Amino acid sequence: MSHKREVMIYTRYERFWHWSQAVLVFTLFFTGLAIHGTHDLVPFGLAVKIHTNAALLLIALWVFTTFWNFTTGQWRQYLFKKGVFRVIRFYAWGILFGEPHPYKKSLQRKQNALQSLAYMTFMTLIGPALWSTGIAYLLYNSWSHYAWSGTGIWAVALLHTAAAFAMGAFVVVHVYMTTTGKTPLHYVRTMVTGYDSIELTEVEEAYIEETKSTEMR
Amino acid sequence: MSPRTVLRVVAFLVASSAIAAAVAGTADHSRFDVLKGPFATAEDVTKACSTCHTEAAGEVKKSIHWTWDGTNSFTGQRLGKPRIMNSFCGSPISNEPRCTSCHAGYGWTDLRKTPEENGATVDCLACHDGSGTYKKTATDAGHPLYSPRVIGGVTVEPPDLAKAAMSVGPSQRENCGACHFNGGGGDGVKHGDLDSSLTDPPRDLDVHMAADGANMACSTCHTFNAHIPSGSRYMTTAVDPHGLDLPHDDHNRATCESCHGTAPHAEAKINDHTDRVACQSCHISEFARGGVATKTLWDWSTAGRKDADGKPVYIKDEHGHLVYSAEKGDFAYGENVRPTYLWYNGEIEQTAVTDKLDDKIKDDILTLNRIGGSPTDGKSRIWPFKEMKGKQPYDPELNTLVVNHVFGKDDSAFWTNFDYPKAIAFGMNYAGLPWSGKIGFIETRMYWPITHMVAPKEKAVPCSDCHTRDPEGRLAGLGGFYMPGRDGSRLLDIVGYLALFGALFGVVVHGALRIILSRGHRS
Repeated sequence: MSHKREVMIYTRYERFWHWSQAVLVFTLFFTGLAIHGTHDLVPFGLAVKIHTNAALLLIALWVFTTFWNFTTGQWRQYLFKKGVFRVIRFYAWGILFGEPHPYKKSLQRKQNALQSLAYMTFMTLIGPALWSTGIAYLLYNSWSHYAWSGTGIWAVALLHTAAAFAMGAFVVVHVYMTTTGKTPLHYVRTMVTGYDSIELTEVEEAYIEETKSTEMR
Repeated sequence: MSPRTVLRVVAFLVASSAIAAAVAGTADHSRFDVLKGPFATAEDVTKACSTCHTEAAGEVKKSIHWTWDGTNSFTGQRLGKPRIMNSFCGSPISNEPRCTSCHAGYGWTDLRKTPEENGATVDCLACHDGSGTYKKTATDAGHPLYSPRVIGGVTVEPPDLAKAAMSVGPSQRENCGACHFNGGGGDGVKHGDLDSSLTDPPRDLDVHMAADGANMACSTCHTFNAHIPSGSRYMTTAVDPHGLDLPHDDHNRATCESCHGTAPHAEAKINDHTDRVACQSCHISEFARGGVATKTLWDWSTAGRKDADGKPVYIKDEHGHLVYSAEKGDFAYGENVRPTYLWYNGEIEQTAVTDKLDDKIKDDILTLNRIGGSPTDGKSRIWPFKEMKGKQPYDPELNTLVVNHVFGKDDSAFWTNFDYPKAIAFGMNYAGLPWSGKIGFIETRMYWPITHMVAPKEKAVPCSDCHTRDPEGRLAGLGGFYMPGRDGSRLLDIVGYLALFGALFGVVVHGALRIILSRGHRS
């Protein structure tokens, strides 16, 4: 027999990471567009100041989170899982006709295959493209004396802009996906409280009750 | 102490020592018998000065203030007023007693000779008078008036030379200003960043020279070494990698870096600009800010118009500025002018009166001084300039500029006879230069580096004046390099916005379908 139980699946640190990252990413995107010249709701100088500081904070957060991911073993959540196409098919089609999600959330598997793939792409492609070009940009004066620096700054700026657009598109879809839970706000609530209802086997339930390895209610 | 604190202390010491030197000394010149006069001529004052300052006149004779002769070590070009053309009066040759009124001497009446050959003598008072009464009159080759004279309908009294002699001291702003504020024939006409408003400027106009600012004199920065001034427009130090000048250093403080160093801002990103942007570009947002207009256009081609009665025409605008003069042509003026920005490495190629113009004309416009520099040469910074527009007489056959004889009591001077062929024939003959006899007018441009009228830091140009896509942005016209906020790739933008709005559109459609279809299978 298995029971659905409210289990803490996103620890306090994960939630802190997620929401502070969300705030920083929105700040960066907004001020980044100001620096890019898309809008002038923030004056350029102030936008640069905010953008730089937010970027430094985000880098610090990522360094710490990478450390956290590896020490807690949570990095395994992001590994490739089978069944990506079934999940894609579900979101493209099944969800419209009330089909059940092909994926069951479990303690060991917080993310479905598509999520893992998306986050992995973000962490290994979009993220690094942003921070590597951003750091190169910030340190421009330490390489501005090279003959190629004129072309270099163009390349760095365009890559950074391209990655930022990708990031923007990612966030749009990501935010939309939060509405695809049982109720439109279910996933958001989960990310706020940390609790989600998970189907637990009797053994798992007993284990958590006994060891208090995570909160359960 | 942090480097910034050290820098502040050094700057304070340099500034305060300069100011102290300007107000105190160990000699009271009013107590020297030799200075009590009376003096028949200003040259006698110089003789009196020389009884103690035995080497001073000799030093002055080595300076450009005296020689009007210098060689640009970047280009090898020989410069100086007798050789170089500008877009104001053109050339001082054949107009001497007037143009040499600003020579640091007396009696240079023939620019074809050196001042020594011409028997000129050094003028001490022009630079050292502390009484404010000494004045070189406009038309006497550097001499002051010695007897009352009616000038422009007003009787002008000669200065009291003894009073001036007893008042001498370090040069004040008004000493330098007597000539440098009046370049081009009047207050503020030539430079745009030098005019009489700087004699006693408010802090907003000039943070360094304001009495409630640093109260500096010109020579606080333009240090003099044995009467040789530092800081030159002919050979500008466009980048000063030497940075801070300490006491007993190279005694050239005519760059911002000399006192402020190469990283003067608290914010690193602002300091990142100092290798590519001259201090002046951000800290002098506009020139001619002191209420004195500067001339921005001088069109000689229209000069000489007379009214029905045969009288030369003069027209003033509502501000009292001459906008047309039969002597000089059409004028335009500017106040609070936004500078023109150019990459500048300190090299300026001037146009000599003997130069062939062929390669210097582009799109029918002759640039009289070609500003050297590019974003890629590693030696240039973006500098602010006053762009002076002109239209000047030239020889369309020999393709050279011409000497226009404007001033003099003869039958050829343009300002009294209004006859170009006569005036130019006289000028070219006087200068000993070939002339085809033909006169044309060519449109000219001249670029004057802007470096004075530094505003307080809170009045610096905001970042968004340059970092903008606005075609009116300060650097909108300066290409060849990437600048954030201004530059990007159109293609990338299109693709990027398509991706962004595509995603947005996609999720909206998907969401709508979910809502519609869920109703369907619920019922």
